[in-house]
Amino acid sequence: MFDEKKTQEIKQERERWEKTTLPKWIRQCPECKSEFRNHSGVLIKRVYTPEDVKGLDYMQDLGFPGEYPFTRGVHATMYRGRLWTMRMFAGYGTAEQTNQRFKYLLREGETGLSTAFDYPTIMGYDSDHPMAAGEVGVCGVAVSSLRDMEILFDGIPLDKVTTSMTINGPSSMLLAMYVAVGDKQGVPREKLGGTTQNDNLKEFFAQKLCIFPPKPSVKLTTDIIEYCARHLPRWNPVSISGYHIREAGATALQELAFTLYDGIAYVESTMKRGLKVDDFAHRLSFFFASHSDFFEEIAKFRAARRLWAKIMRERFHAKNPRSMWMRMHVQTSGCTLTAQQPLNNIIRTTIQALAAVLGGTQSLHTNSFDEALCLPTEEAVRVALRTQQIIAHESGVTNTVDPLAGSYYTEALTNEMEEKTMEYIQKVDDMGGAAVAIEKGFFQKEIADSAYQYQREIEDKKRTIVGLNDFTIEEEECPIELLRVDPKVEKEQIIRLQKLRNERDSRKVKEALEKLHYTAEKDENLMPTIIEAVKAYATLGEITDVLRKVYGEYKELIVI
Amino acid sequence: MQSKRKIRVLIAKPGLDSHDRGAKVVARALRDAGMEVIYTGLRQTPEQIVETALQEDVNVIGLSILSGAHKALFPRIMELLKRRGLTDVMVFAGGIIPEEDIPEMKKIGIKEVFGPGTPTDKIIQSVLDSVQREPKA
Amino acid sequence: MTKIKDIAQGVLAGDRRSIAKAITIVENNAAEAQKLIALLYAHTGKAQIIGLTGPGGSGKSTLIEKIVREYRRKGKTVGVIAVDPTSPFTGGAFLGDRIRMQELSTDEGVFIRSMATRNYLGGIAKATKDAVKILDAAGKDIILVETVGAGQSEVEIIKVAQTIVVIHAPGLGDEIQAIKAGLMEIADIFVVNKADRENADKAVTDIQAILQLNNKEKAWKPPVLKTVALSGDGVPQLIEKIEEHRVFLEREKELRRKLWKAEAELTEAIKEKVVTSIIEELKREGKFEELLQRILEREIDSASAAEKLLQEKLRKHR
Repeated sequence: MFDEKKTQEIKQERERWEKTTLPKWIRQCPECKSEFRNHSGVLIKRVYTPEDVKGLDYMQDLGFPGEYPFTRGVHATMYRGRLWTMRMFAGYGTAEQTNQRFKYLLREGETGLSTAFDYPTIMGYDSDHPMAAGEVGVCGVAVSSLRDMEILFDGIPLDKVTTSMTINGPSSMLLAMYVAVGDKQGVPREKLGGTTQNDNLKEFFAQKLCIFPPKPSVKLTTDIIEYCARHLPRWNPVSISGYHIREAGATALQELAFTLYDGIAYVESTMKRGLKVDDFAHRLSFFFASHSDFFEEIAKFRAARRLWAKIMRERFHAKNPRSMWMRMHVQTSGCTLTAQQPLNNIIRTTIQALAAVLGGTQSLHTNSFDEALCLPTEEAVRVALRTQQIIAHESGVTNTVDPLAGSYYTEALTNEMEEKTMEYIQKVDDMGGAAVAIEKGFFQKEIADSAYQYQREIEDKKRTIVGLNDFTIEEEECPIELLRVDPKVEKEQIIRLQKLRNERDSRKVKEALEKLHYTAEKDENLMPTIIEAVKAYATLGEITDVLRKVYGEYKELIVI
Repeated sequence: MQSKRKIRVLIAKPGLDSHDRGAKVVARALRDAGMEVIYTGLRQTPEQIVETALQEDVNVIGLSILSGAHKALFPRIMELLKRRGLTDVMVFAGGIIPEEDIPEMKKIGIKEVFGPGTPTDKIIQSVLDSVQREPKA
Repeated sequence: MTKIKDIAQGVLAGDRRSIAKAITIVENNAAEAQKLIALLYAHTGKAQIIGLTGPGGSGKSTLIEKIVREYRRKGKTVGVIAVDPTSPFTGGAFLGDRIRMQELSTDEGVFIRSMATRNYLGGIAKATKDAVKILDAAGKDIILVETVGAGQSEVEIIKVAQTIVVIHAPGLGDEIQAIKAGLMEIADIFVVNKADRENADKAVTDIQAILQLNNKEKAWKPPVLKTVALSGDGVPQLIEKIEEHRVFLEREKELRRKLWKAEAELTEAIKEKVVTSIIEELKREGKFEELLQRILEREIDSASAAEKLLQEKLRKHR
């Protein structure tokens, strides 16, 4: 970007500055650390100059938004044309309660739905299963059957919204239910838009919500990718996630590397089924965290786009530019929030949201300030939503695309992230791929070590968390009333399930489940059979149990 | 010279909650402080937790839960501990347990609740103090 | 002492709390341990003790869970001792083996205990042996001792077992070198787990090749079995082999007992024959009566008399 001669001049000037101007400043005001590093371990310089980006080629490394390598954004006009989707993760209690929360958020201006399910649902248990005791509706909505799904979207036309569902093992079942609701509403399947998280690989080393062993889990993920490619063209079958990897303790670098690797694994598994990369890759989406280090996160998002574009073109020979787009959803980081002085979390979320916007995200969830205490209250979630709206409408950052491009720091950091991520990817390649790395505990060890180091930094006061290990107050006072889920919810769900079982056609259910068993043993795509089963009102637990019988259950490899 | 007796701690995750970052960091910190840590992984039932504590003859149980299901699961665990005669085991809890629930937890026998952000050093000291105070026969 | 007595009684009655406390005693307190084992010793010797070891990643714990389930199916009670290394730097240990067996914690017929090596010089082997005795006295039919087999102390621990099973898996990097030399010699059964993998057969032949070199003169030729722990394939066959080995040991023991008996009898018989023939000869030669008289007259003591009598005889036989 700068010619050799000019860069040399600048280098000389910098060296002069370091010899003359700098030392007296350092004498007066010594730097507070001998080395400044971000959490990924990258050394941060005192000042960045054109020297740090001297190899940067504008067209090759940055390009224009909407063109390869998409560093500056997947769309040509980005937020000038359309703002990111404000998609707030929500769900608790019964389907009725969550339906109310959905409507509240839509009224307050959110532009996409995002569903949080309770633990029993996530693990494929009905609300009346013994393992569900005490957990029904407590940290998400309880959905045990199509009936619950119908109530969840009552009054919400599925051709007018897009819905993201944070579900992994039972993705097929929940997607089937959503399709069934769409059918009932008369919405053509090609119009159904949304996302199923459906990223089973990361469960094995990050979110840990695995039901089945790795091979069948990847099969189920691939089933959905394949089904959507053929029948649900507007649906994002998978949200390849780094968020949970980060929350489990990984660094930004590890988050990026492991997520991309999972993406590689899914592309491979889908292509193994005979699909061409351009048939399905344009619908793969990603999900990242936005953590505390402002510039590191922005660099991460930009590096992510460039890396994925290169991987799709060079490794998988995609031809369609849309196959090379990395579309992402971002959530501000939950693990950075504190229970101490919770109002501080509003500021944290704002900074993290801003980083996501400057990083060019397509969709954003902002955490509520009471996340470290309980599920968000209406008041808290409104503030979180307003955070996005103020950034969008008052700050002016949306007036131009990729405003930080060309910043010496940002570009240098983006390059460094890309380089180091490629090293990780090579390492996993050499190991034999994601499945082997998981089995060997490689990802788990990296994450556990980073998590432990982070905690040590906080306890040794090498890392300040305001309100936690510094700027603390004696008497903490809870500024708001906490959201508590009524234990009645569990009883209500159990009654509802019993009623369902009595009213449905049990013969139809039995047949559907038998057909599912048969199809699963034959290793075919299970989506059509699962849709049939949910329409017969087979419950989530009943369907999952059939699959448990065929695939077995998974026991995790512990690495601390 | 310290006695050969080691402090044995069971770190358990009851219920379906899958957030184990904290539990693992605490397990590692306790191990680095010289204790023997038995970690039984995710999704333990109250019965499994209590039986494990009994067979492993632990001094301390650490329960980690972030899903909000502590109000249903902890009383069951404490009751089973009593029934099996494990009343001399110190039980502490961590995760997302609202301040307003803590008195109730203490009433059923949970010694300490370590909320988010509690330094591991504090947990280690608490364990050492309580084991010192009630030397097991 | 009454506390020890109570615990001992509890162990003999199969009370789980007493078993747990007993194991804690043998881990921590040598003096009390001795008293405790003394009370229990008479009730040991009934259990079948199987040692299982293998490198990390071999799927050992998953296999052990399946083995326990198989024994339970056959109506046997099982004790499991899982040994993990103590960190030499911190003195602490992370004991995570039982995670694979957690569903079995609530089975009354199974007792699982995790033990750390604690880096005593030779001490852990003793503590483990005592823990085995406790489970034995408590009436467990089968006792499984699981170690990683990585350090010298772990190799020592496994010797507490009557049957030693070494578990390996293909693709663990260093292949056969991963099996410590000491283990190759003492293993009674080899298992290649994850046998559904590509290089499983090669792992089997590699181990067999090394065994050919080492075990030329042995009476029991260690077999190499294949298992897939996740599905349970090969586990019943493994149990059968363990049983075969037990029968072999019984026969060996029986054989040794007969040998010992026969040796004792022969020695006795030789002794008798030798003594009788020498005395008869001495009597015939008249020397016997002569010296007998001298002993009565206190001219010579019997030892010196015997020496005199035998000097010549023995000289003849040299």
